[in-house]
Amino acid sequence: MSNYTTVITDVLVVGAGLSGERAAIEAASQGLDVIILSLVPPRRSHSTAAQGGCQASLGNCAMGKGDSTDVHFSDTVKGSDWGCDQEVARIFVETVPKAIRQMAMWGVPWNRVVAGKKVLPDGREIEDTKDKEGLITARDFGGTAKWRTCYTSDGAGHTMQYAVDSIVIKMGITVHDRTEAISIIHDGETCLGVVARCLKTGELRIYLAKSTIIATGGYGRLYGASTNAIINEGAGMSIALDTGLVPLGNMEAVQFHPTGMVPVWILITEGARGDGGYLLDKNMHRFMPDYEPKKKELASRDVVSRRMIQHIRKGLGVDSPYGPHLWLDIRHLGAKHININLREIANICKNFNGIDPVDSLIPVRPTQHYSMGGVRTNKDGYAYGLKGLFSVGESSCWDLHGFNRLGGNSLAETIVSGWVVGKKVAEYTLGAELNYQYSLVQDFAKKQQERIAGLISGKQGKENVFAIRKEMEQTLMDYVGIFRNGPDLQTAVDRLRELHQRAGRIGLKTNGKWASPELTAALRLPGMVRLALCISYGALTRTESRGSHAREDYPKRDDANWLKRTLAYWKEGSDLPQLQYEPVKITELPPGDRGYGESSASSAEGKK
Amino acid sequence: MSIQRKFSIFRYNPNTPDVKPFMQEYVIEEPQSMTIFTALNKIREEQDPSLMFDFVCRAAICGSCAMVINGKPRLACKTLTTDFSGTITLMPLPVFKLVGDLSVDTGAWFRHLSLKTKAWVHTDKEFDPNAAEERMDNETALLIYEAERCIECGCCIAGCVTANIREDFLGAAGINRVARFMVDPRDERSGNEYFEVIGSDEGAFGCMGLMACDDNCPMQLPLQLQLSFVRRKMLAFGLSK
Repeated sequence: MSNYTTVITDVLVVGAGLSGERAAIEAASQGLDVIILSLVPPRRSHSTAAQGGCQASLGNCAMGKGDSTDVHFSDTVKGSDWGCDQEVARIFVETVPKAIRQMAMWGVPWNRVVAGKKVLPDGREIEDTKDKEGLITARDFGGTAKWRTCYTSDGAGHTMQYAVDSIVIKMGITVHDRTEAISIIHDGETCLGVVARCLKTGELRIYLAKSTIIATGGYGRLYGASTNAIINEGAGMSIALDTGLVPLGNMEAVQFHPTGMVPVWILITEGARGDGGYLLDKNMHRFMPDYEPKKKELASRDVVSRRMIQHIRKGLGVDSPYGPHLWLDIRHLGAKHININLREIANICKNFNGIDPVDSLIPVRPTQHYSMGGVRTNKDGYAYGLKGLFSVGESSCWDLHGFNRLGGNSLAETIVSGWVVGKKVAEYTLGAELNYQYSLVQDFAKKQQERIAGLISGKQGKENVFAIRKEMEQTLMDYVGIFRNGPDLQTAVDRLRELHQRAGRIGLKTNGKWASPELTAALRLPGMVRLALCISYGALTRTESRGSHAREDYPKRDDANWLKRTLAYWKEGSDLPQLQYEPVKITELPPGDRGYGESSASSAEGKK
Repeated sequence: MSIQRKFSIFRYNPNTPDVKPFMQEYVIEEPQSMTIFTALNKIREEQDPSLMFDFVCRAAICGSCAMVINGKPRLACKTLTTDFSGTITLMPLPVFKLVGDLSVDTGAWFRHLSLKTKAWVHTDKEFDPNAAEERMDNETALLIYEAERCIECGCCIAGCVTANIREDFLGAAGINRVARFMVDPRDERSGNEYFEVIGSDEGAFGCMGLMACDDNCPMQLPLQLQLSFVRRKMLAFGLSK
């Protein structure tokens, strides 16, 4: 006898952010039955928080002239510090201009080219020509040779999510919001769906599907300070890892965004620097040109973040009760520009710091922002290890970003991977059958029910979920940050192993009934600690520096030994991931100099 | 310097109707500055892990955390405790279905709104992946974005007298949503088609003009202007028939 509501569909999408919804549309447009599960209503997803925009080599604006998919490709590969999959990068750059135009068709009000001469904040004069007027324009972003980031003021993610969700609604695609997938059901070879918990009633449900897409975003909230929404806890990655069969790729590749606003760590878009903003130190000195004469504030994010910390370590940060920070100065952009093109961040500054960036400096410090790693897939989005399982967007390691993602490439990835992988999912699903043994399926749900009963009865122990969580967050903050070293990483691994043990002894303080928020947190935490261990152990083992992974004890990129991708597996009962490696495919652009960053600086010095 | 801050919070779980709704008091230490987001998490983590409320972005851009704070609908994430003296009273938004305590189901309500107003670009054009985009004036793009900035938080609905007494009223969010498509040249709907979705007392003509929506909107959307814009359009269409 079954105690569980069972829902059967062709395609199950876990996550209703941009990539999940885009993939769902692709599958549904092939006539497939699609259900999307989401922690929150789709329009609350973290995709809506993306401010700056989407990279696409349309080449319409004056500073984008001469742009091409090849230039975008080369920027992306250099940005990744040669860690990305070049086949994927090629698919991406070729598709993204089409995807942007499709978004325009679906309703995104992209800002457009206005013809005329303009003087940039640095004094350069440019001219947008009449023949391009009214086409989609672009702004400057870090690590790019051309102005390529398409935008709608600083609400690009919001307008894209609303447009994509409007198509989901128009097509009548089913969304079960406030529903959390807590376990992947599989028979050792094929993914059959998920066990999910309703966050309104606490009910456990079984969802069975021919194909399942993980699209749950990043894990930023493993860190105590992150720009991410509070729902970004890596849920989809951790249930994939828990299968023991599906590996997570490059989990040690964690992006820190240069400008998180102190002390609430809300993001101030890279567009602020792209549009001409500067970074200043405590002496009001613009220091970035000292370190990066070519790209200045617009080197890649990993480089700018490191330079900022390096500068703070020299004692040149501004002291505050929340630790030293630096200033972001956009005052010279003027009230009109700020209140139109950077309006949301002006609001954020007013709401959360009581300052108006038109006449005040913004306090900033590099803050955890993006997960390059995730569920490892092939270029078609098929997860390694289980048939019928796919992943898209930030939760995946499709591997467009390698060891550092360029600003403007993640929002772009959501709609491209949703489209490309969505098509592949449809192809697979049309030829697939759903074969399962119901007793096996039910065992997966029973296992979760037993976990819940154990947490409620407190039979494993009485550890407090919030206390362990705080220690995990602090451990990553203290020992797995922007600059890393062997002893610190070892400390992180040791502490997290202990926390993992303790996470197995959580007992609830409440009765855990219905949609108990304490139970929700307790169900997530052990998986989160495992992700933290994948990050820390991967970082400890990788004895080189590449992109965002900067080892003080191994400061150089080591292509001879480390031009490879980490694959972390988790065997049940273990307290450490098993690490394997695969080569990074180099199809077009062999490893070389990025043109910015520490190694470029030292090779330039060598030439003197 | 910190002070003791008292909160009075609405408690009710619709799954257990036998336990009647009640107000529960909590006292926490308040540092110099704290948002309701910080305060509620502190209460949940240190005193009562059963307390239900919703936050997602905590940056006032996702619209998840609207609640009635000392009598007015606001986004809890950007509301500072220091804006109030004495006890802070928190209630869930009215109109929307209660999930529990301070958590309400705005998702279902707004999906229904989108369906009812057919809130997507209506066009007969097929997407051609190899063609350049259609041109648009940048001023028009900015005008669309102005209305598109709505985050569907529900503050305008919760503070609206009509929405509180008429279940089918689309409210300011609905009227603004329609205005967004009316200014969009890509949407090929005729006046008649718009009239069908909004030209009734469920839509533009149900509003009694109290304009609490305009006061309560955390995004400072010009909801009053949007209402008069839509009404003018409807009137012009009505007269032209």
